[in-house]
Amino acid sequence: MQDFLNMGGYGAFVWPSYAITAVVMLVLLVVSVRSLKSTEATYKRLQAELGQEQEEQKTES
Amino acid sequence: MHRFANPTRFLKIATAIQPWVMAVTVILTAVGLYMALISSPADYQQGESVRIMYVHVPAAWMGMFCYAALAIASAVALIWKHPLADVAAKATAPVGAAFTFLSLVTGSLWGKPMWGTWWVWDARLTSMLILFFLYIGYMALFDAFDDRARGAKAAAILSLVGAVNLPIIKFSVNWWNTLHQPASVIKMGGPSIDASMLWPLFLLAIAFKGYYIWVLLVRMRQELTANKVRILRAKQAHGG
Repeated sequence: MQDFLNMGGYGAFVWPSYAITAVVMLVLLVVSVRSLKSTEATYKRLQAELGQEQEEQKTES
Repeated sequence: MHRFANPTRFLKIATAIQPWVMAVTVILTAVGLYMALISSPADYQQGESVRIMYVHVPAAWMGMFCYAALAIASAVALIWKHPLADVAAKATAPVGAAFTFLSLVTGSLWGKPMWGTWWVWDARLTSMLILFFLYIGYMALFDAFDDRARGAKAAAILSLVGAVNLPIIKFSVNWWNTLHQPASVIKMGGPSIDASMLWPLFLLAIAFKGYYIWVLLVRMRQELTANKVRILRAKQAHGG
């Protein structure tokens, strides 16, 4: 295990390479998925509001 | 292509294929990482530091691949006004920028122990840095106009002009003296790397492609939903 982490003396270069790659890819993915979810929620809310307004207009007239 | 031009149909297809793309990406990443870190041998010259290659090279390939995709999508948007092309181009830019950034950082982490320096201003490294700035410029220009269509058009033109950088990156190691090693996988006469090192490289390269498609689908769905939100907001403003 110690040998594996040491990477023949290059551990200080190998592990940060893998770590930053994982972090950047995960962050971009999570940010993208969150943005999709929040936009979808906004869309559903607006759709419901507009539907209600149209109902109200119908009953008024 | 025009069968997929309908955003509603695209949303349906994108939602359907996304779980498959996710599964392939996760499996290939797991197997690729196992081979890259555990089962592949150390290099006879570079020792264990060669393992940086398995993230550095696929990231650099993706940085260029995404830019080619971005430029092609932009050309399609400019010429045929395909309604999804701008959306695809816009969704590609952050992924390409991320991969280009990663290739620069992991390259630096590989360069320090192998070359004795984090950075040199040679053609390969400099043209890769320019690629990163092209992505940043594209994203900034896209959002710089109040009229979204104008922003999309200006950014598309920038991306086509910037495409000249791609062959410069590819051939920079042949045209100019550099510390960077020449191509050893995609070259005349076949690859000069052993199969035990080629496998993890290819698996992670395909895993990164899967990741790109995954994020691309998510971001395109977001952009198309955002368009629908804008339409509803406009309706609300007029109706109310």
